[in-house]
Amino acid sequence: MLYIHCPYCEEHRSEEEFHYKGQAHIARPDDPDNCTDVEWADFIYRRDNPRGEHKEQWYHTVGCRKFFNAIRDTQSYEIKTTYKVGEQPDMAAGIVTGQQGSNAS
Amino acid sequence: MSQTNLRISGGRIRRDRPIAFTFNGHRYAGYEGDTLASALLANGVDVVGRSFKYSRPRGVMGMGAEESNAIVQLGATDATEVPNVRATQQALYDGLVARSTNGWPNVNFDLMGLVGALAHRLMPPGFYYKTFMRPAFLWQSYETLIRKAAGMGSSPVAPDVDRYDHMNHSVDVVIVGAGPAGLAAALAAGKTGATVILVDEQEEVGGQLLHRQAKIDGMLGADWVEQALSILLSLPNVTVMARTTATGYHDHNFITLHERVSDHLADQAPEQSVRQRMHRVRAQSVLLATGAIERPLVLANNDVPGCMLASAVSAYIKRYAVMPGKDLVLMTAQDDGYRAAIDWHDAGHKVVAIIDARVTAGDDCTQAARSRGIAIFPQSGVIEVIGTTRVKAVKVAALSPNGEQVVGNPQTLICDTLAMSGGWSPAIHLSCHTGAKPEWREDIAAFVPGLTVQKQWLAGSVKGDFRLADCLSAGSEAGTATAAFCGFTSADAVAHQWQVDDWDDGPAMAYFHVPHTKATSRAPKQFVDFQTDVTAAGIEMATREGYESIEHVKRYTAMGFGTDQGKTGNINGMAITARALGKTIPETGTTIFRPNYTPVTFGAVVGRHSGQLFDPERYTALHRWHLAREAVFEDVGLWKRPRYFPLAGETMDEAVARECLATRNGVGILDASTLGKIDIQGNDAREFLGRVYTNAWAKLAVGKCRYGLMCGEDGMVFDDGVTACLADNHFAMTTTTGGAARVLEWLEHYHQTEWPDMEVYFTSVTDHWATITLSGPQSRALLAEVSDGIDLSGDAFKYLDWRQGSVAGVPARVFRISFTGELSFEINVQAHYAMHVWEAIFALGDRFGLTPYGTESMHVLRAEKGFIITGQDTDGSVTPFDLGMGWCVSDAKPFSYIGKRGMARQDCIRTDRKQLVGLLTVDPNQVLQEGAQAVDDPEQTIPMTQLGHVTSSYFSHCLQRSIAMGFIRNGHARMGDIVYYPNLDGTATAAEICSPVFLDPEGARQHV
Ligand SMILES: [Zn+2]
Repeated sequence: MLYIHCPYCEEHRSEEEFHYKGQAHIARPDDPDNCTDVEWADFIYRRDNPRGEHKEQWYHTVGCRKFFNAIRDTQSYEIKTTYKVGEQPDMAAGIVTGQQGSNAS
Repeated sequence: MSQTNLRISGGRIRRDRPIAFTFNGHRYAGYEGDTLASALLANGVDVVGRSFKYSRPRGVMGMGAEESNAIVQLGATDATEVPNVRATQQALYDGLVARSTNGWPNVNFDLMGLVGALAHRLMPPGFYYKTFMRPAFLWQSYETLIRKAAGMGSSPVAPDVDRYDHMNHSVDVVIVGAGPAGLAAALAAGKTGATVILVDEQEEVGGQLLHRQAKIDGMLGADWVEQALSILLSLPNVTVMARTTATGYHDHNFITLHERVSDHLADQAPEQSVRQRMHRVRAQSVLLATGAIERPLVLANNDVPGCMLASAVSAYIKRYAVMPGKDLVLMTAQDDGYRAAIDWHDAGHKVVAIIDARVTAGDDCTQAARSRGIAIFPQSGVIEVIGTTRVKAVKVAALSPNGEQVVGNPQTLICDTLAMSGGWSPAIHLSCHTGAKPEWREDIAAFVPGLTVQKQWLAGSVKGDFRLADCLSAGSEAGTATAAFCGFTSADAVAHQWQVDDWDDGPAMAYFHVPHTKATSRAPKQFVDFQTDVTAAGIEMATREGYESIEHVKRYTAMGFGTDQGKTGNINGMAITARALGKTIPETGTTIFRPNYTPVTFGAVVGRHSGQLFDPERYTALHRWHLAREAVFEDVGLWKRPRYFPLAGETMDEAVARECLATRNGVGILDASTLGKIDIQGNDAREFLGRVYTNAWAKLAVGKCRYGLMCGEDGMVFDDGVTACLADNHFAMTTTTGGAARVLEWLEHYHQTEWPDMEVYFTSVTDHWATITLSGPQSRALLAEVSDGIDLSGDAFKYLDWRQGSVAGVPARVFRISFTGELSFEINVQAHYAMHVWEAIFALGDRFGLTPYGTESMHVLRAEKGFIITGQDTDGSVTPFDLGMGWCVSDAKPFSYIGKRGMARQDCIRTDRKQLVGLLTVDPNQVLQEGAQAVDDPEQTIPMTQLGHVTSSYFSHCLQRSIAMGFIRNGHARMGDIVYYPNLDGTATAAEICSPVFLDPEGARQHV
């Protein structure tokens, strides 16, 4: 179960408080009526399916009810960082869970 | 046989506390401190079960979680039964009742044994696939037979009487395993002040120290454990839990600990105590000190009772004071195995010989054996065990240096016990749970945990450091490191240097499979996985049949598929697979373990979430009234809604008929409080509504309501409801009962991520307001009696108006909207006034024939009017136009609202889409099945051309006939056509396509 840092609440909470909302940064086209069917289908259906880092959107459903973004590794489930809507990710911010460990010692 | 014959002095049992227990119907005696397995051994019980496939007698082989033979059904009553309990992990308690899981009707006279004798022909590897894939429909009856025959434990048939708990923790360090490494780690981490949880799955902490002869700082292992434990118990920041298994290690250092709180006390447990507790722990750092599991050797008849792991032999002697037999032969490929022979000898019993596959053994162990006069057969193997219900002798032969060929003439050694020591497999299971791939280490011939992304440390045997001194120092270092990672350091940070007095173990031989004079395929069975009866011959056969990946071999042979997850068998099986394929073990693949490490009872999984606490229930403010009125409830989401209110002796159909007629002819009352309600405020609230609904909101005046449809970007309807304009910047939205949370999330999503500059605020007020609907021709007259401040006349208070006033003296918002087609008023009051208002209405209701109705009547009444229910008449694939609700779609709005572009897609503007229509059966008494598919030609051969399905279907007592709504391809253009709904019995029900508005199409009844 993931441990997710909500950038609004500014603390880690368990995954069960959140809803996953899919790929982040999918902007609604400014002029839908002049989109082709293919362009519209791209907007509503077509998503990346990367092996590795994935920018995705989460909703703090039973917390602050805010939407935010996360960069999560789809292989390791590491969350590199989380950031507010409208912000750019700061990978050096240190808001990182599951940092690359090592079988230390 | 009495247990005293096999008991020796010493051990950790409490001789002053004798215990009586029952196994397979026989009464036995043991002591507190015994496990069920040690007590059975002490009582001379050789056969504890029958094997899964071949029904061979099996005895206790191990002493802990690795046990794959002594698996029992525990419990005296139907309510307390627990299947698949390992006797080696079950503490003995007074009155314990257990029986063999396998073996039917009993282990000593096993009818299935007759089958077992033939089973090598009947049940080859892959027999599930070969036998049961065809005919597939018989699989269920086969499965029943197989389970009965083979025994996989039986589910309890009565409700569990015990209590179970869940507990959440957030700590700095979790240490799994309290052997030497785990204890040393806990001492190091504990003294820094970090919060530490140390768990061990055994009844007491200490691991192998409890039975090893080595000394630490001059103390015997068990004494050192006691000292370490007393230090740990004095630290308030350290929690030590024995009888607690780390069953799962999940992402982001989330770990589940299964604590058997009172399983060892059973009936003597204090009243109200919990039996088991599942701890859900989020740890900053996790230290795995899980140790290693000894491997048996794969050799002929290695499953005969009396064949045991060498480490288990030592544990039974030293810890439980039980001699598992009289005359021992040890077969080993490593120095460590010698310890069992030494312990056996030192307990005063005969060690017939040590059979070592290696050319040379280490100096210390050789010296220890020689000094005791124990014969050592180097470069030799036990190639076969003789005996059926107990070892009688073993055949020993010289081997080639690599151990793969028998080179000498076999000789027979008489013995009753064979200890096997094939090597140690690190207990890497938990590390696998989070996706770390095991890595093969050639130097120790074992898999160790692979790299992980978790905040995970390792210490001791789990890393392949098998020497006691290394376990202690590594534990100490790792404990310091985990605490330091969490920000805790100790002033005396230097790790303690332990003085260890132990053998210096030499290198082990990578050895798994002892050859026989006959080829593997013709030799007596050489077991690899004891629980699933997988043999070396079976694995070789699987590779001959083309299975080259270990994952396929496992599935084909069922290796590792028992409840022990192949703890003792998997590595041996991989080694045999690799050799058969001419590959190395790492080339053959790895073995991945998944949660749970050992089986977990459902009780512990469920915790308190059973019965009434299984799922939250939501009640309206009027729930008590409904209960008193003996309503029959239905679940709508989490809500309990009255479905109908039966009078004495009424069926549902009779109640619904009465409720519907009373509403159409007089006045009905409905508790509609479950409707989702969202308060929307802000200067841009109106514009926002225009973007999320398909119709226009720009001109809705204060005091007016409007029905709206909500679509996704794909143009498909997903919710609907009425929204009232309270003020120019203030609206009250209603949603469907089940859609409330989804709609709120939808609104927030668009506001926060697409249009954050709009000034609009959403608040869920579902629970704040109760909604009481009065519906029927008498509703106005009744409401007039209880309300104040509202002119209810048709001219002053029109359809789709709302008014502020008071009802029963309470402030109320009254909406004139209708879901029945009758004159209706929805009275919204603050929830805590609801009962007062409801009862005040009822106090006056008799004169008007006021009748409460439930959701079932609501469904019929709305269907008579052709009103849809989203989620019933829609399924995410229909546009407003498909529903015949194009009137609710605006094309004049400047903003391209949600759903507009979707509805304009080429596929959505086809004229032959499935469209919602009314359906009248030709025989008015026939009621269509909801979900039934329409066809044009009932005689068409299968597969028939399907036109669409029935979404709503009822018998309407108001119309004295059946009515239905459903989808028909191009249905709007097919009014008057007859379609057919094929029935299971070969007949077909004919129905005519019509308008879905069956009653009062002009709307005269509500416009009064
Ligand atoms: Zn939050």
